[in-house]
Amino acid sequence: MAAFLEAEELEHHAEVSTGGIWRQHSFGWRDVVATLLVLGAAILLGSGTRQMVGPFVVGNQADISLSPAALPLYTLRTVMRMLAAMAASLLFTFTYATAAGKSRRAEMVLIPILDVLQSVPILGYLSFTVAFFVALFPGSTLGPELAAIFAIFTSQAWNMAFSFYQSLRTIPTDLDEASRSFRETGWQRFWRLEVPFAMPGLIWNMMMSMSGGWFFVVASEAISVGDLQIALPGVGSYVAKAIEQRDLAAIGWAILAMTIAILLYDQFLFRPMVAWADKFRFEQTAAQVVPKSWVLELFRRSTLLAIVGSPVGAVMRRGARARMSYAPRLFAISGWSLPRSVGDGLWLAAVFAALSYVAWAIVRYAGPSLSWSDVWTAAGNGALTLARVAILVALASLIWVPIGVGVGLRPKLTARVQPISQFLAAFPANLLFPIVVFLIVRFQLSPGIWLCPLLILGTQWYILFNVIAGASAFPSDFREAAASFRVRPWRWWREVMLPGIFPYYVTGAITASGGAWNASIVAETVSWGSTKLTAGGLGAYIAQMTVAGDYPRIALGIAVMSLLVISMNRLLWRPLYAYAERRTRLD
Amino acid sequence: MFDAMSAPIIELHHVSMNFTKPSGAPLPVLANIDVTVREGEILGLLGRSGSGKSTLLRIAGGLIKPTAGTVLYRGGALAGPAEGISVVFQTFALYPWLTVQENVELGLDALGLPLDEARRKASSAIDLIGLDGFQSAYPRELSGGMRQRVGFARALVSQPVLLLMDEPFSALDVLTAEMLRTDFLDLWNGHQLPTKAVLMVTHNIEEAVQMCDRILVLGANPGHIIAEVKVPLVNPRNRLDPAFHAIVDQIYSILTSRMAEAASPPTSTQGKPVQQLPGVSASRLGDFAEALAAPPFDGRAELPKIAQALALQLEQLFPIAAGLHILEFAELEGSSIKLSAAGRVFAAADIEDRKRLFREHLLRFVPLAAHIRQVLEERDRHSAPRARFEYELEDHLPRREAEKTMRAVINWARYAELFQYDDRTRTFQLDRSTP
Repeated sequence: MAAFLEAEELEHHAEVSTGGIWRQHSFGWRDVVATLLVLGAAILLGSGTRQMVGPFVVGNQADISLSPAALPLYTLRTVMRMLAAMAASLLFTFTYATAAGKSRRAEMVLIPILDVLQSVPILGYLSFTVAFFVALFPGSTLGPELAAIFAIFTSQAWNMAFSFYQSLRTIPTDLDEASRSFRETGWQRFWRLEVPFAMPGLIWNMMMSMSGGWFFVVASEAISVGDLQIALPGVGSYVAKAIEQRDLAAIGWAILAMTIAILLYDQFLFRPMVAWADKFRFEQTAAQVVPKSWVLELFRRSTLLAIVGSPVGAVMRRGARARMSYAPRLFAISGWSLPRSVGDGLWLAAVFAALSYVAWAIVRYAGPSLSWSDVWTAAGNGALTLARVAILVALASLIWVPIGVGVGLRPKLTARVQPISQFLAAFPANLLFPIVVFLIVRFQLSPGIWLCPLLILGTQWYILFNVIAGASAFPSDFREAAASFRVRPWRWWREVMLPGIFPYYVTGAITASGGAWNASIVAETVSWGSTKLTAGGLGAYIAQMTVAGDYPRIALGIAVMSLLVISMNRLLWRPLYAYAERRTRLD
Repeated sequence: MFDAMSAPIIELHHVSMNFTKPSGAPLPVLANIDVTVREGEILGLLGRSGSGKSTLLRIAGGLIKPTAGTVLYRGGALAGPAEGISVVFQTFALYPWLTVQENVELGLDALGLPLDEARRKASSAIDLIGLDGFQSAYPRELSGGMRQRVGFARALVSQPVLLLMDEPFSALDVLTAEMLRTDFLDLWNGHQLPTKAVLMVTHNIEEAVQMCDRILVLGANPGHIIAEVKVPLVNPRNRLDPAFHAIVDQIYSILTSRMAEAASPPTSTQGKPVQQLPGVSASRLGDFAEALAAPPFDGRAELPKIAQALALQLEQLFPIAAGLHILEFAELEGSSIKLSAAGRVFAAADIEDRKRLFREHLLRFVPLAAHIRQVLEERDRHSAPRARFEYELEDHLPRREAEKTMRAVINWARYAELFQYDDRTRTFQLDRSTP
């Protein structure tokens, strides 16, 4: 016993002491590379930002060039929008989710709002936001740029905020008590406890958001609402132009550029972040697989950056230590003097009044130009799209669940396939649409059927990679038990494997179906040069009304789609998820 | 050591604490408690789970506001966590993303010290507690004992006047716990700590006798003080000393007599069974009865002895003893347990007879089991939702205890094949194949 203990402590000690040994204190190749990376990023971001705030006249926009030489710069602009939106999403997360997590009354309102916002099709209300931002900054590129960034923001922020809120709610009691007994102020607690605790979940959600974001950045760069035609320099506009000119080669170039951009983003942003965030894991045991990133290693080992970076680190640490006790009412738990029930009553009454006003305003605005037949049209189209989404998710499941299980049970194959499936999930499928459309036009296929796969083209991969993750996490002793009892294949699937991967599958299927609804707006009506193909459905309806600039009907379409998505979440996915959680726990 | 006239550090006067039941009615967990911790002493709070001892500690630390009563810290009213009071947690409560050094500095956050002063103070606390060399380690790289040392260093770095310890050694293995306890006592007895008084919660009787100058024994539902035991032994204390044993036995007797009282008459209002059952499985009761019937005990054992022989902790031993007592397979007298006649048969029987006997006793001495069985027999479809019985229990027991009682009755009834329970539908059913 004693010997074992000692050995354990010694081993840990050895691990600790290696920390200081490999640091070399001379200027080496790492410093050169790391410095180049930092300077390069600074220059690129700077030049991109300058162009974003240039003058903008609706009728006189810079022409999008189809030359491949122009693509790197376009890609940079697209990536910049992505970054800006991510920064905005983080800011939103830290404020909105914190408010919801700290104040019970704020929570009553903020969380249902977040829940609804999550389900509203983003591309649907792009038309509103474009008009709004263009009016906000007349004559400046900033207007449409902000509209695009806002669109990406709306695709990223909600799940990040949810994740942060969930983390705030699940802070372990002992850490909470430690923080309180050491009398940390709200500010200190936020940076010392809450943000670090939320970090792993937040970073995972940022990655998911980013994957979804590429789709929307491409879709939001080239948009026409009524008479307003906007093409911001970027990959999305490049593709839109290529479609207009029926230039298949240019589309190939765009796909290549996007592929490189996503790979770079992964290597230079997310790998380092995931590797860095490993220290925030709450489990007290050492990890089985420690995430690694060569970029992070490079930065950590570079002596020069350590020297330059240490004052920055010191300032940040000082910031987190600062008590800020005079300011942080925002972060503190609010103390109301009213009795709880009276305060709640007043608060709910105020919320209800605000809601009634909004409802009244909408009806007054949209009411006169809408009739019941419009509602029926939208509902009919909604049913069509609903059927499509349901059938496609089922089809994708039939294909990818067996494949995912096959891959997930073979660790070597998993190591190869998993990054590919995650890449495919991140790749904006709308860049691939033109190729499919080209084929449909070429072979004169029926758009009503052959446009459907586009809905699930980008999001089916979520099913695949979640099932792979589930199968590879499946305990090997369960598998060995099944093998040793020679369980027959049918029973093996039904009673061993499917229950094992079910929670993972449900997670993937929720994302896939949500993505399919969003994709319907750009997938159900597509064009190739002057040829227009329409498959009908709610997405096509919203897209057509957007082109026509018919705001009341856009709003109607969005409302119907939101309603369908929300009811599908409430009636199908949530119960399934709860069932999966209950069924697979062992205690 | 200390004398009774030393200045009080913290005083709890007529403190009561209510949580809220699902129905909204108050559920008392602490009733009218008076505790005074004086300068120079280590005061122990000893009791079984559900006696509210951890809640009491949190009230003393300003982490929980009591429903009624006053808390005075050095003569002034305590409102929230105060400077000079530090807590050591059972689960260590270290921030996994901070190094040992940073975790210890956390204890100084509230003081707003300059960075280098905080560094210096943290380093000396780390030295004091024997963590030197581990400053840059993350908690996950440390063993449990080393983690709790960080917990101690973090609590001591701010030079607290009062140290609150919530079962600080119970998450550690026996050997590590013993080492850490001894190290702490060496510092305390050598007056190397800035701390003036310690209040500690424990469920380990020997630990309490080894460390404390005074022990308050708490009873459950709602938590209240049963007895105060003074420990007038010199430091360092020898566990083999007969005087040490005498105090351990005395506390065992106090706790078992309370347990026997609490177990026997099911307190019921409106004739409903609200007897609290211990969280122990039927097969475990059988194993224990068998061990008790065998030599060297031959049907009768001192609780401390049999606990040691079977390597059982107090928290494991008491539920078993209470279970056997409730089912009248054994009797608790003072600090010893004796098998009844039925208990001897139970211990010697084969599996079928044992089940039959268990079933008879379950119906006779556990009104809840009989009640569920009766309801199931009266119903046409012979099934009833679990919630129905759980609500009845929750009117009289804290939620956690109600849940525990429910689990126990399910386990016992399954063993006795009295009725079945389906967790997916959360319903009880009558097994028609059995009579």
